[in-house]
Amino acid sequence: MSDPALIRLSAVTKTYGQGQVAFQALKGIDLAIEAGDFVAIMGPSGSGKSTAMNILGCLDIPTSGSYEFQGVRVEQLARDQRALLRRHYLGFVFQGFNLLARTTALENVELPLVYRGGAAPARHAAARAALAQVGLAGWEDHTPGELSGGQQQRVAIARAIVTRPAVLLADEPTGNLDSHTSHEIMELISAFNRDHGLTVLMVTHEADIAACARRIVRFADGRVDTDHRNGGTA
Amino acid sequence: MWWNTILLALRAIRRNLLRSFLTVLGIVIGVAAVITMVTLGNGATRSVSDQIASMGSNMLIVMPGQRFGPGSGGAPPFRAADVEAIRNQIASARWVAPVVNRGSAAVYQASNWSTVITGSNSDYFEAGNWKIAAGRGFTEAEERAGKAVCVIGATVQQKLFGGQNPVGSQVRIRQFACEVIGLLQGKGQSAMGSDQDDTIVMPLRTVQRRLTGNQNIGRVIVSVQPGISIDGVRQQVTLLMRERRNIGLNEDDDFQVLDTRQIAETLTSTTRILTMLLGAVAAVSLLVGGIGIMNIMLVSVTERTREIGIRLAIGALEREVLLQFLIEAVVLSALGGLVGIALATGMSIALAGAMKVPWLFDPMINLASFLFAAAIGVIFGFFPARRAAGLNPIDALRHE
Repeated sequence: MSDPALIRLSAVTKTYGQGQVAFQALKGIDLAIEAGDFVAIMGPSGSGKSTAMNILGCLDIPTSGSYEFQGVRVEQLARDQRALLRRHYLGFVFQGFNLLARTTALENVELPLVYRGGAAPARHAAARAALAQVGLAGWEDHTPGELSGGQQQRVAIARAIVTRPAVLLADEPTGNLDSHTSHEIMELISAFNRDHGLTVLMVTHEADIAACARRIVRFADGRVDTDHRNGGTA
Repeated sequence: MWWNTILLALRAIRRNLLRSFLTVLGIVIGVAAVITMVTLGNGATRSVSDQIASMGSNMLIVMPGQRFGPGSGGAPPFRAADVEAIRNQIASARWVAPVVNRGSAAVYQASNWSTVITGSNSDYFEAGNWKIAAGRGFTEAEERAGKAVCVIGATVQQKLFGGQNPVGSQVRIRQFACEVIGLLQGKGQSAMGSDQDDTIVMPLRTVQRRLTGNQNIGRVIVSVQPGISIDGVRQQVTLLMRERRNIGLNEDDDFQVLDTRQIAETLTSTTRILTMLLGAVAAVSLLVGGIGIMNIMLVSVTERTREIGIRLAIGALEREVLLQFLIEAVVLSALGGLVGIALATGMSIALAGAMKVPWLFDPMINLASFLFAAAIGVIFGFFPARRAAGLNPIDALRHE
């Protein structure tokens, strides 16, 4: 029996701390995401959307419940196995870009490929191609300090997609950018979803950014509040 | 995995050139200081012990007067009879050489040199470990007759003869001419820092007659048979001299008996203490270098923690991150250690040349300071990274 869903969260809870100071960030989440979808996760601060994102990104494991990624029970994997899962299937884009300082765009993009192994010429070619895809051809030798915020986020996107991941996880990807640049970045992410069938999970609190997604899931108080298809862009 | 991790480590070094440079610099200075100091100290110790060996071992020096206390100048000098008594009554005495010194100018043709004239006998060369480089020593007849013959030191040869063979030439000393019959092999500086080769040796009687004008003997050098306890001989000599000089039971000696081994021990232990002191000062600089490295590493820990978070998030394994940081630390420390050793070698060779002490390579101190530097670099480069690599990637990314 093959599950049509790429990602399936079942009754996932996450509790931080213990005893009196325990804080339950997720109070039972059920969520299925199909391959090729573009899902925006919204919700106020403390609603558990970032916690859910960390679990979806295999950076953290649920306290209870199950998380199946392509049929694999992630919560049962060891730390290194989760790292390998991230290495081979996931790409991350963060609010704060999180590029290596004083390192050229090319080397930043190449980094995940270095961990994957492989010949240097192939790595360079793939990194150059990814930078060209995000519109940064010719900027390979610039370090993050020499790039604008939008350009840094493009490098981060190139780093996330250079490994051709199954899922792109974007945590507030436009949170540090002005509205014009934000829309350019969203265009780019939408294009990868539309043209390459890349599954995108994105956390945001801005409605106009979320409008780019096909599906919007709203979190409130550690639970899924609403979940609907976005008619406008579908 | 290895090659890629080495690549990542080298990239990290290149990326943080200033930090890498400062780390290496701390190690270089520490290692170079310790090795240079200890190498020079060892050289000085060796040079002192060489000089003592050149002075002659198992030797007693008997001098009138006491080193300390009032009235020492009034002690009567030794006479030839005292020397004979030592020679005849101390069975373990191998060589007995009376010595009189007198400063004087020596002239050869247009050259003029002020030196020390030593009056003694042929035992003097044996006891003092002097070798005749050219010509010969004194004959018994020359000693007895007080003939105007001399054996000159290497410095005098340089100053008067410009390095030419002096044997057979006549040197004028005050009012008399003296035939050079031999040349001494050079011994260099004495343990006290004076030039031992700056001397002209003549038969004792010649010096007494022509220069001092009296029968006094400045000191007696007694060389003891090998394998005989020098302390025993020293006691015998002391007793003999007390008897000959009519010193009562409760009176102090009016002469002293020095023991070269004792002098040697004092001097080598002094230089050894000095070496240890220098080494300690240098070790402090190694420690300061280590603290500098620690500072640099701790200051950069925030940035490094975030970097580790990024690497973990994109799928690096904990052990890959650790290996990268370990390689980085090892490469920097080893580089610093090797440059430090190279610098120390250059500096210590140059300084040893300037200080005229032998350069001795000490593999232990090189190895020890290298390992210490490597340990500091690895500990302070690696352990903060180990903590960070154990963090949840999210916490590492959020690290402020």
